[in-house]
Amino acid sequence: MRIEIVEEAIPADQIAAAMKAGADGAVCVFDGIVRDNTRGRKTLYLDYEAYRDMALSQMRALAEEAIAKYGVRDVALVHRLGRLMVGDTSVLIVVASAHRGAAFDACRWLIDTLKKTVPIWKKEQFEDGAVWADGEPFPEEIVPQSNGTGGQP
Amino acid sequence: MRVTVLFFGVLKEEFGGESEEMELPEGSTVGDLLQRYAARAASRPKLLQSLAVAVNREYAGVADILQQGDEVALLPPVSGGAR
Repeated sequence: MRIEIVEEAIPADQIAAAMKAGADGAVCVFDGIVRDNTRGRKTLYLDYEAYRDMALSQMRALAEEAIAKYGVRDVALVHRLGRLMVGDTSVLIVVASAHRGAAFDACRWLIDTLKKTVPIWKKEQFEDGAVWADGEPFPEEIVPQSNGTGGQP
Repeated sequence: MRVTVLFFGVLKEEFGGESEEMELPEGSTVGDLLQRYAARAASRPKLLQSLAVAVNREYAGVADILQQGDEVALLPPVSGGAR
């Protein structure tokens, strides 16, 4: 497994190439990049930050779960922090597997789950202001129904 | 007892910093700590409704009891990855 949080550009092609082994019939790559707008509002750049130690342990746990759940051979999960410009890779997921079905399924599950549970946040800088991006709601098992703050039942 | 509280994302701006020390009675729970912040952010109740809490880098529930020296992180909904 290759689990990293980095500040510099993610060498996507190099990481994907290094994941290949003789037993693999498929390598599925998800390359998440910075889009030039959010709902039509022009994005200048994004600033990513993380609760780094926890993010790394969560990413490691997700990779292990993907291997156990989908029977894939190996997983790379790399996330970048700091200021990212349009077109930069923010997250790279590579899944190597004997068969393509498991590789696609594991890759999809990894990005969807990472976006809900790994403590990383981004602030979006637009031409006319900046906002912390709305995150996806935490899964119920992470946020108890009543968190003692008078939240929704 | 004393715990360290870490703030991330929008909470850093709401509570004016990256972290602070908090003194709590022995036996306090995660829920007790959250209530203190709910009182401080009373004008923005939605801010705290959706957050998760980690104690020593593991997700925690409101009933979990805190210990001297714990690292408690208040986590807004996460937004890593690509959209």
